[in-house]
Amino acid sequence: MNRELTCIECPMGCLITVEGEDTLTVRGNRCPRGAIYAKNEVTCPRRVVTSTVRLQDGRMLPVKTNQPVRKSEMFAVIEKINALHPAAPVHCGDILLYNIDEDAALVACDNIE
Amino acid sequence: MKNTYDLIIVGGGPAGLAAAIAAYDCGVTDILILEREDRPGGILNQCIHNGFGLTRFKESLTGPEYAGRFIAEAAKRNIPLSAGTTVLSISPKKEVTAINDRDGIFTVQAKAVILAMGCRERSRGALNIPGTRPAGIYSAGTAQKYVNCKGYLPGKDVVILGSGDIGLIMARRMTLEGAKVHAVCEIMPYSSGLRRNIEQCLHDFNIPLYLNHTITKIEGKDRVTGVVVSEVDEQKKPIAGTEMHFDCDTVLFSVGLIPENELTQEAGIALSPRTKGAIVRQNRETSVHGIFACGNVLQVHDLVDFVSEESEIAGKYAAEYILKGEVPFDDIPVSHSGNINYVLPQVINRNIGGNVKFFFRVSNTFRNCVFRVRSGNKLLCEKKKRIAVPGEMETLLVPAAKIADVTEPIEITLEVQPNE
Ligand SMILES: Cc1cc2nc3c(=O)[nH]c(=O)nc-3n(C[C@H](O)[C@H](O)[C@H](O)COP(=O)(O)OP(=O)(O)OC[C@H]3O[C@@H](n4cnc5c(N)ncnc54)[C@H](O)[C@@H]3O)c2cc1C
Ligand code: SF4
Repeated sequence: MNRELTCIECPMGCLITVEGEDTLTVRGNRCPRGAIYAKNEVTCPRRVVTSTVRLQDGRMLPVKTNQPVRKSEMFAVIEKINALHPAAPVHCGDILLYNIDEDAALVACDNIE
Repeated sequence: MKNTYDLIIVGGGPAGLAAAIAAYDCGVTDILILEREDRPGGILNQCIHNGFGLTRFKESLTGPEYAGRFIAEAAKRNIPLSAGTTVLSISPKKEVTAINDRDGIFTVQAKAVILAMGCRERSRGALNIPGTRPAGIYSAGTAQKYVNCKGYLPGKDVVILGSGDIGLIMARRMTLEGAKVHAVCEIMPYSSGLRRNIEQCLHDFNIPLYLNHTITKIEGKDRVTGVVVSEVDEQKKPIAGTEMHFDCDTVLFSVGLIPENELTQEAGIALSPRTKGAIVRQNRETSVHGIFACGNVLQVHDLVDFVSEESEIAGKYAAEYILKGEVPFDDIPVSHSGNINYVLPQVINRNIGGNVKFFFRVSNTFRNCVFRVRSGNKLLCEKKKRIAVPGEMETLLVPAAKIADVTEPIEITLEVQPNE
């Protein structure tokens, strides 16, 4: 079975074809990241989730998962994010929640003193 | 606050910050950045999604993380930034008048000025959609600020007009936060957004994209209750009988950005009717010696990596202007074929050495095309492209050696190759 994909790893947006059932061959990717993306996409698609959490004092902190999470779990991840209300100060790179989905952690993306 | 500075930078977004750092590293340390908002970072503070910095840092950063790296670099060099300060006017003599609640209205004299005010969204006013003007209508950027900076979801059932990147990003953002996005309508036959955003913001959530469609009516008295969406013909006129109705409480407009250039105009700087930004030379110098421009105030970038690159050029040459004095204009104009929307820089000053990178956008989707840069009948550079789309900025690099002996006007063309 052939599958046509648009790689989302960078703005080039390569059009990638994936062929085969067990051994997958990937064509159209201009770099190795595209091959990894395409193989994941036909087996278990994953996405980085970005969102915000409300700090205890009401300010908003941007956050992201430090690796892609299963696409099927994105809404569950958002629910966990919305339940968090850490206190300032927070710093870019601070881990706010381990294992938000499998091995992925939620990290802060800004400094709020 | 002093009365004079070597370099004043208007705007503390990614453009202003990168320009300041570059100028500092070239030996100009007497710098002041003036920023209207209460913190630096510009529009990136509200762009919490990832995908920034792939070219520059080889990793996918969120907007605040990307801005944070430049804020940290500026802080390391102790470059002063006056936040909460709005610039009101700039004179051709480089007197900058600004206002804040600490100093009131004040004027400072600069040796050189860099314009880095960014862009703003086109408003619905310019669009003439019939119907009432109920609450629930926002520009996509305003909605982005509400959701990401204030933590407030502007509505539950959403229709988006325009498929620019901000609209696509907001379709995903509002969906993840629990809203239902019923449709994204695009009047053109193509989306102006990046393909990756169509994929990960619309396809991932089964949000339909209607190309060649526009909103023809907005319903509701106090609050939006629905919209009518129609297909358009080649003249962009709605086709009778194609109307679709959507119930919704929110309409987002993502209909494009325009450089913010009131200040530029008042300074007597020549603007390009195409980009709506200043006409610049390859060093990003405007028609007024010693006033430079970079970032979205010059051309609407979709990749902040390019903004940083362009701003470093402006910073470097502003520093050279301050340290070595004025470089006289010896200008060669740059034009382009009809299937290209604009090219930047619009002018090449032959007294400036170095490679020249041209930035431009095509006017439609082209497959198997080739871009060429010519001066008279001399070919300076050519590049083949499998697919070129208006939503993605193209670049062409002409090496210094080829630019050095150019005597005739430069033209950039796009030719579609016959199928092999
Ligand atoms: C709503 C919106 C969303 C965007 N989303 C994305 C995105 O998702 N991905 C992407 O790659 N790009 C996005 N962009 C493009 C993004 O703006 C650029 O990549 C980049 O931020 C441009 O940097 P800049 O410094 O030129 O402009 P900006 O980031 O806009 O910074 C300009 C700064 O100048 C300040 N300023 C303006 N006028 C004055 C004045 N008179 N006095 C003092 N200060 C002033 C402003 O407050 C602002 O901080 C978006 C743009 C907008 C408008
Ligand atoms: S394959 Fe490589 S170059 Fe192409 S879109 Fe993916 S990451 Fe970018």
